[in-house]
Amino acid sequence: MAQALTRAMRDAMAEDPTVHVMGEDVGTLGGVFRITDGLAKEFGEERCTDTPLAEAGILGAAVGMAMYGLRPVVEMQFDAFAYPAFEQLISHVAKMRNRTRGAMPLPITIRVPYGGGIGGVEHHCDSSEAYYVATPGLTVVTPATVEDAYGLLRASIASDDPVVFLEPKRLYWSKADWRPEAPTVVPGIGKALVRRAGTSATLITYGPSLPVCLEAAEAAREEGWDLEVVDLRSLVPFDEQTVVESVRRTGRAVVVHEAGGFGGPGAEIAARVTERCFHHLEAPVLRVTGFDIPYPPPMLEKHHLPGVDRILDTVARLQWEN
Amino acid sequence: MTVQELPGAGASHRSTQPPAWSPRTDAAPLLPDPEPYRVLGTEAADRLDPELMRRYYAELVRGRRYNAQATALTKQGRLAVYPSTVGQEACEIAAALVLEDQDWLFPSYRDTLAAVARGLDPVQALTLLRGDWHTGYDPREHRIAPLSTPLATQLPHAVGLAHAARLRGDDVVALAMVGDGGTSEGDFHEALNFAAVWQAPVVFLVQNNGFAISVPLAKQTAAPTLAHKAVGYGMPGRLVDGNDIAAMHEVLTEAVRRARSGGGPTLIEAVTYRMEAHTNADDATRYRGDAEVEAWKAHDPVDLLERELTARGIIDEAAIQAVREDAEVMAAALREGMNADPVVDPMDLFAHVYAEQTDRLREQAAMLRAELEAEDQA
Ligand SMILES: Cc1ncc(C[n+]2csc(CCOP(=O)(O)OP(=O)(O)O)c2C)c(N)n1
Repeated sequence: MAQALTRAMRDAMAEDPTVHVMGEDVGTLGGVFRITDGLAKEFGEERCTDTPLAEAGILGAAVGMAMYGLRPVVEMQFDAFAYPAFEQLISHVAKMRNRTRGAMPLPITIRVPYGGGIGGVEHHCDSSEAYYVATPGLTVVTPATVEDAYGLLRASIASDDPVVFLEPKRLYWSKADWRPEAPTVVPGIGKALVRRAGTSATLITYGPSLPVCLEAAEAAREEGWDLEVVDLRSLVPFDEQTVVESVRRTGRAVVVHEAGGFGGPGAEIAARVTERCFHHLEAPVLRVTGFDIPYPPPMLEKHHLPGVDRILDTVARLQWEN
Repeated sequence: MTVQELPGAGASHRSTQPPAWSPRTDAAPLLPDPEPYRVLGTEAADRLDPELMRRYYAELVRGRRYNAQATALTKQGRLAVYPSTVGQEACEIAAALVLEDQDWLFPSYRDTLAAVARGLDPVQALTLLRGDWHTGYDPREHRIAPLSTPLATQLPHAVGLAHAARLRGDDVVALAMVGDGGTSEGDFHEALNFAAVWQAPVVFLVQNNGFAISVPLAKQTAAPTLAHKAVGYGMPGRLVDGNDIAAMHEVLTEAVRRARSGGGPTLIEAVTYRMEAHTNADDATRYRGDAEVEAWKAHDPVDLLERELTARGIIDEAAIQAVREDAEVMAAALREGMNADPVVDPMDLFAHVYAEQTDRLREQAAMLRAELEAEDQA
């Protein structure tokens, strides 16, 4: 996946001279995860810039650059280090189009490596998506596959709206039969995909939890469950149609994500599904999420992250007693 | 005691000296003169350009009248709120007038007068404060960024824009305005640092008007002056009398010239005073005494220039009268513009959130439309 992301930026920069990559260590080093590897060499330091170490400054400067017609792609080094930039994000990035009645849209892509499962120490593993999806004006996407890493990042950079592009860290090293020489075209922002068809229940998920859900769906076969898995890909806009159609087919739904459950995206999705599928549901919409705790230390994270067993236990609870 | 003499620093250590490092030794020219720069009432006034000063005088009088009119409009309920710049007109006007057409102004919520002096229609400039929309103009058309309410957050934007313009080879300078309280915000520091590292063509203008709402400068900072802060970032700091429009003009012009010629950013602290309350919602008697306000009255920016120009025969009673009449015309036009009820469209709520409306917003727009139709029928 890391390669696909690099390739997406490279292609975007080659096609459009207004695309500028900026952030901490993105130049010579190529980013701490090497996602910007080679960009400074190929396009020069003016287009792939090591900035001073100041997240509000980085995003604030990107706002000004976008005001002048550039398309900044900002790398936030880690999920929890994007917080200093929140005022810029919420007060300006998300609102500039609205404040100026459409006169000044800001085409900024903010790449945030997020989520756990890599044994990182604290402040390196937050699932911060709830903050972003609660902010009107932001588009929020998260790829779970290598194709999407490329396709969604290209779409994000091309978008005239600011996009928070959440990169599931633990999928950076996921391999797939993807050939960067011939990038696949994927459905754009705002479209969810059924990754596995099934009939007994729908698992609704995104980003780092997609592979876990697919594994759970395989395992559930033994229990006689045929699970459908929907990958949201984009949290805002939310593809209600794909989700609702799936749940109406299967009659049961479980939302799975790493972020805490209280006030997490799953709460919103469960409410929406309930509103739209009430008469089709055989059981309440259930959620499997991370605990409502600060991200735990590496030796405990396996207890926190929704895993296959927890998903299967929850699926079993869908046999609701009438 | 040197490192070598420290207990335990024996010959077995290969080297106890860190590698040589090279601090910048050229900081002295960056330091501000601790006395605010003045022109009016000094020898420097001999070189005043009469043409320019007449223009400034007219703008100052208009600015004062604009402030009075806007404040009156709050009393009539035509403006939700107005942060007055009475006493600060020289800063506002010089900031607007030293810029070329292609340059950008990044004002804070207090700086409507600067936007108006740059040529923005006053009614458009007051949209935010009237409450019919957040920004009443196209920033690109006027090269005036939206008035920024979150303190200091517009400063990194100015840096980014100036940087982008320079990357494109365009001759553009950004001038960003902030209050003394705003200099304590992180964004102020990040913006200065970015600007200096990038050598961005930016001028930072701090209007030190004594207070951040109720908090005096002494409780805001322990620095000798706000201009001193520049040195730590590697840019020059300049201290200027913010009520002396000739001095403001010179210092700002020099900073803009420096930025334009690739010399990088400058931090300017204009020492001035907020004569009125923070906004019409504030009670200034709770935190400052009349004596202080009276003392500053004697140093009023309009009077200062009027006295100098009259003494030098650059303006006379007739010219002053003509300028005042012109200001009355402006005020009447502003009153008229503001007395027309703004037309607001509730469906605008959903129109400018995303380039393409989301399903969610479409649904909510439909809901509001139905509510409005039901209201119409009732
Ligand atoms: C980030 C932020 N914090 C708090 C406020 C509320 N607030 C509005 S104006 C103000 C004081 C600003 O003082 P100063 O920067 O000196 O500017 P002045 O009003 O004197 O022009 C405060 C605290 C704000 N607008 N933004």
